[in-house]
Amino acid sequence: MADELKELKIELSKNGIFTTTLEELYNWGRKNSVWPLTFGLACCAIEMIATTMARYDLARFGAEVFRPSPRQADLIIVSGTVTKKMAPQVVRLYNQMPEPKYVIAMGACAISGGPFRDGYNVLKGIDRYIPVDVHIPGCPPRPEALIHAFMTLQNKIEEQALAGSARPRHLQKDLPSEFPVPEFGEHGLEPPQNDLVFHDAPGYPVSHPDLKVIQ
Amino acid sequence: MALPSPDEIKAQIEAGVPGASVTIIQNGSPSGQHSLLLDHAHAGGVAKFLRDHAEWRLDYCTLVTGVDWPDTETSEKVKVKKLVKGADGTESEQEVDEVRKTKVPGFLEAVYHLYSMEKKHGPVVLRLRTGNRTDDTRVPSLTPVWRGAEFQEREAFDLYGIVFEGHPDLRRILMWDGFKDYPMRKDYVAPADEIPLVEARTPAPGQETHG
Repeated sequence: MADELKELKIELSKNGIFTTTLEELYNWGRKNSVWPLTFGLACCAIEMIATTMARYDLARFGAEVFRPSPRQADLIIVSGTVTKKMAPQVVRLYNQMPEPKYVIAMGACAISGGPFRDGYNVLKGIDRYIPVDVHIPGCPPRPEALIHAFMTLQNKIEEQALAGSARPRHLQKDLPSEFPVPEFGEHGLEPPQNDLVFHDAPGYPVSHPDLKVIQ
Repeated sequence: MALPSPDEIKAQIEAGVPGASVTIIQNGSPSGQHSLLLDHAHAGGVAKFLRDHAEWRLDYCTLVTGVDWPDTETSEKVKVKKLVKGADGTESEQEVDEVRKTKVPGFLEAVYHLYSMEKKHGPVVLRLRTGNRTDDTRVPSLTPVWRGAEFQEREAFDLYGIVFEGHPDLRRILMWDGFKDYPMRKDYVAPADEIPLVEARTPAPGQETHG
């Protein structure tokens, strides 16, 4: 929104007149009713559960309704170690969620494999197969960190445009909402990553302008 | 009642199970937990003997695991008499140190820890060894004697490639069925799925993306 309009809005609100846009209203509703999937993988899930209980009270953010079906969920919190044997199921659960859908990768294991990175059985980060919106470092992250990640996601939702070229993936017809489920190979998962999602893979342009590949 | 010494156990096994040969593997650590190496042909009989022994009643197998002993090369210095050319060109017989290398073929090992619930004693440690690490990786299964060994033998099969003959359901348990490797072996190499490292690039003036 242009700055003049914002100022006008503030000026009007000072005089007791409330104005809004459809986009703001829509995103305000969406960001305050993000329903996560009932889904935990490892010790991070215990912190996630703690976050929903009375002391940390994720319900304050409209996210207390953990849905036991991916069809009813808006958010998948990948809370814990994703083993290679579990990775296809995680991707399948993500595929079964309706758009718009969001992903929080919680903890060192979910974002990179963590202490098990050099092992034979752990996926080196779920962002190899599905697009992650917010990464939380920590082992495990404290409930405050999850709340911070959740608020970061809320800000992200709030800023999503409903029209124009910058609109998010779920509003663009050509972009996929499902991603290929990796298969069990003879030595590991096939393929080891989805290059269309995992932007920093070899042969794919480095996504972030501040990053470059070390040769 | 405490268990007798490994020598006593060995003697009783060899008396109780005709033809069985038991080797005691010494454990040099302070725990002194010596173990019994069984031969393949009589392993099942020895296991039954230990389980049903009136005084020992080793009815509980707490642990089955695998051990990988890779091929090793030992080298020792041997003094050998040899003709050596001296500085003046004459040959003379001298004692020379020579390094002799001997290759010791590796093997896989299944280890069982036995306790008695009834008599409250233990452990007795059993070992079974395979012929080598490549084509003769069979050992007899002790699952028919201790039912609780089933999943742990499957795990040793999955991660070490030890084939337990007589196991009722020998399949991989942790890795998927199509998996070809044995990840806990010493020479296992994980698939190269690392990505190139990225480092922060200093943004050009006016190109800063943050702040």
